[in-house]
Amino acid sequence: MTVALFIPCYIDQFYPNVGIATLQLLEKLGCEIVFPPNQTCCGQPMANAGFEHLATNCNQLFLKNFSAYEYIVCPSGSCTLHIKDHLHVEGDNEKANQVRNRVYELTEFLTDVLQVEKLNARFPHRVGLHQSCHGQRGLHLSQMTELVAPPYSKPVQLLKMVQGLELADLNRKDECCGFGGTFCVTEEAVSVKMGKDRVADHLQQQVEFITGADMSCLMHLEGILRRGGQRVQVKHIAEILNASN
Amino acid sequence: MGTSTTTHASLSEQFNADEARVNWHDETLWWVRQKRDKAAWTLPEWEELRETASRIKHNTLSNLHQYLLSFEEKALANGCTVHWAANAAEHNEIVLNILRDQKIDQLVKSKSMLTEECHLNEYLAANGIDVTDTDLGERIVQLAKEAPSHIVLPCIHKKKEEIGELFHEHLGTPAGNADPLFLTRAARAHLREKFLTRRVAITGVNFAVAETGEFVVCTNEGNADMGAHLADVHIACMGIEKLIPERKHLGVFLRLLARSATGQPITTYSSHFVKPRPGQQLHIILVDNGRSTQLGREDFRNSLKCIRCGACMNTCPVYRRSGGHSYHTAIAGPIGSILAPNLDMKKYADLPFASTLCGSCSNVCPVKIDIHNQLYQWRQEITRAGYAPAGKAAAMKAMAMGLSKPGWYRLGGKIARRMMRAIPFLFNNRLNAWYKQREMPAPPKETFADWYRKNKNQSNQ
Amino acid sequence: MNSRDQILAAVKKNQPALQPLPALADLQAIRFTHPVEKFTEVLTSIGADVRTGYDLNAIATFIDGNFTEGRRFLGNIPGLPGVGSLDSTVDTHTLEDLEVFVLKAGFGVAENGAVWVTDAQVQERVLPFICQHLVVILDPATIVNNMHEAYERIGNQDYHFGLFIAGPSKTADIEQSLVLGAHGPKTMTLFLNGGI
Repeated sequence: MTVALFIPCYIDQFYPNVGIATLQLLEKLGCEIVFPPNQTCCGQPMANAGFEHLATNCNQLFLKNFSAYEYIVCPSGSCTLHIKDHLHVEGDNEKANQVRNRVYELTEFLTDVLQVEKLNARFPHRVGLHQSCHGQRGLHLSQMTELVAPPYSKPVQLLKMVQGLELADLNRKDECCGFGGTFCVTEEAVSVKMGKDRVADHLQQQVEFITGADMSCLMHLEGILRRGGQRVQVKHIAEILNASN
Repeated sequence: MGTSTTTHASLSEQFNADEARVNWHDETLWWVRQKRDKAAWTLPEWEELRETASRIKHNTLSNLHQYLLSFEEKALANGCTVHWAANAAEHNEIVLNILRDQKIDQLVKSKSMLTEECHLNEYLAANGIDVTDTDLGERIVQLAKEAPSHIVLPCIHKKKEEIGELFHEHLGTPAGNADPLFLTRAARAHLREKFLTRRVAITGVNFAVAETGEFVVCTNEGNADMGAHLADVHIACMGIEKLIPERKHLGVFLRLLARSATGQPITTYSSHFVKPRPGQQLHIILVDNGRSTQLGREDFRNSLKCIRCGACMNTCPVYRRSGGHSYHTAIAGPIGSILAPNLDMKKYADLPFASTLCGSCSNVCPVKIDIHNQLYQWRQEITRAGYAPAGKAAAMKAMAMGLSKPGWYRLGGKIARRMMRAIPFLFNNRLNAWYKQREMPAPPKETFADWYRKNKNQSNQ
Repeated sequence: MNSRDQILAAVKKNQPALQPLPALADLQAIRFTHPVEKFTEVLTSIGADVRTGYDLNAIATFIDGNFTEGRRFLGNIPGLPGVGSLDSTVDTHTLEDLEVFVLKAGFGVAENGAVWVTDAQVQERVLPFICQHLVVILDPATIVNNMHEAYERIGNQDYHFGLFIAGPSKTADIEQSLVLGAHGPKTMTLFLNGGI
């Protein structure tokens, strides 16, 4: 199976290891990976800031980069959701629709398309899972605490396949961390307070690592952890699912 | 966007100056959210019930013209007087005229977010009318000369010690007594005197039934009923979106309202007003104030389904940590942020941005308003209308330009990461809002694309 | 154009195409194996005192023994010793010393502990609110499962004022501390009795 890798811009620039882990993990599971070299950004930062109309060129570029592939996989729920919800290209909407239906967030691709049941991964640590909102409430990667509906979680399903990993229970299972794109700087005070509260919940459960399917949330939590002098680290779920030491 | 001191961002920064208080506010409202969850889980059909309520409201909005006519006809036949107010000013004038006709200059009022929206209290005060709010929380904020910070829990931002001080000052309770039971009893005695002596009572309306012309008011305290049943004149103020088609639909909404609001199975009192008491006048004021305009906005009309339960506030991680007053509008929180721009897009241009778009609000909403999607859509509207801050617009334009050209993106990223490594204080300073309370990510030497070119590219080309 | 016509015209112009009303019959609403037990459990949990096994005399004795502060007792139950009925000429504004109001309710709702009454039963609408203590008598056979059944039962009943009461009046406006007895009754005692 050929998979086109869609690496969000901030992962490309700041967290290349997340991209590498994603690629290696998919290769281990038998996928052939293509990385369209001219990808930049999905356009979400502009769109969520109210400038969707400025994302036209980004959308065209995205379409150009990815329309040839049947499976497009991205290690970010938020960027995936943005493409799914908002990729429109005037004059080429049929193609855009197709791309929207072919883009997958990494964990849902693993559980739903590859139907992974076993992973050769080991991560002997106590880990807290941060449910990023766009992945959870937008892509339904896991059940939402607001709904009267049976529980499930694609990321947890995968983390349970990792040897030695001990998953912590949080007091607030799916509270937002406060990153929120440009919200993190335009509403700095509330954003940071939300992040501090998320971190505190994980610290209370004595985790060694905070993981999640969205590096943007983890980057925000990492910034707070490091400022607070905490030893707890963040690790994208791809890095844990790909860990073999 | 308004001046910097009146935006959500700056008001919530002030709120966050006292972190212990933010924690208390957050925990209190989170507790209410948990009570709501527990109540919802008592009904296996909860999600189906929300869907039913949503569809009833869709029908209502799509047939509102007919339902309004029917409601008016029935209410008139029931002996009520029906008034129509196109806007807040007209609503306030109608109330004042009824009072002038009766030669009355004091009244009791139970909770009505519509009258908050219309700033009725200020208007009546300016015209020499003495208004006593009788909901305990509303009386507290009234004594404190503040606005409610929450539509269901008006003084949720106040500590009991502060309420004790207010009561000491205004009701003469002993200084230093902050016991909720004691203070509630003091308010009971204070307000009973008002109920027994005021000849006019204003109430809000939770639901109005097109089929019968009746309306329902829900309270726990019994204050709406104490006011209305002891007054010679009852004025009920309602937005035109409060209608529901038939009486039997009340069953659906009464099952959802209190469970969503406070986790109670139903409010203590659900009072169905059909006809005035013999000798009593019952006035109903139907208020538009922007609602018919919102009805015409396809992306936003569903906000009119709102039944004012406040669940979206209790669940909102931003509201819990910024307080109701940070929204600088009568209805705070996520729902307020999609209602307010309809009234004044410029003044409330900041509100749709006071959200991370986490989506929790839409999930708790008992009538399934897609609140977070509407927040996103309002952002686009506001920006297109030119109400985004100039600096932000310029930055976004530059960003969009850079990101649309792969070469520029690669070069820009490279330069930025180099500079972060070489001259970190360029980024790590007070002008960078990220850095104020967070470390910047450590810039790596190579990007994923660099790594891929070195390690993988050959096999693919 | 006056405001009425202006509003109606704007609504007519702006309302979307007609959406169908859902059929409530399709909703699988909760039902209980033991509705009376459920009713008792829920009403107790929201602050009321629910009692069984009291006949009219026992109720009178209970009222007499438990509510002693004021001495003005009114009710709508003919033949309840010690409890008078309302004189139609009385000014309701003089009822602030009403200690107890005794009320026979129309029916009860298991899912939320509410009882339905109308102005035909309460005589003066303010009575169940202005009293210090509310006593309700309910025939357990009238208890329905849920609010949909409740409104089916109400049907097109021609009341002037109708009311669901669920427990004593309450508030939690001060720091979410629950206090029973906000503006209305401080207690609600409900006697389940099918023979009164």
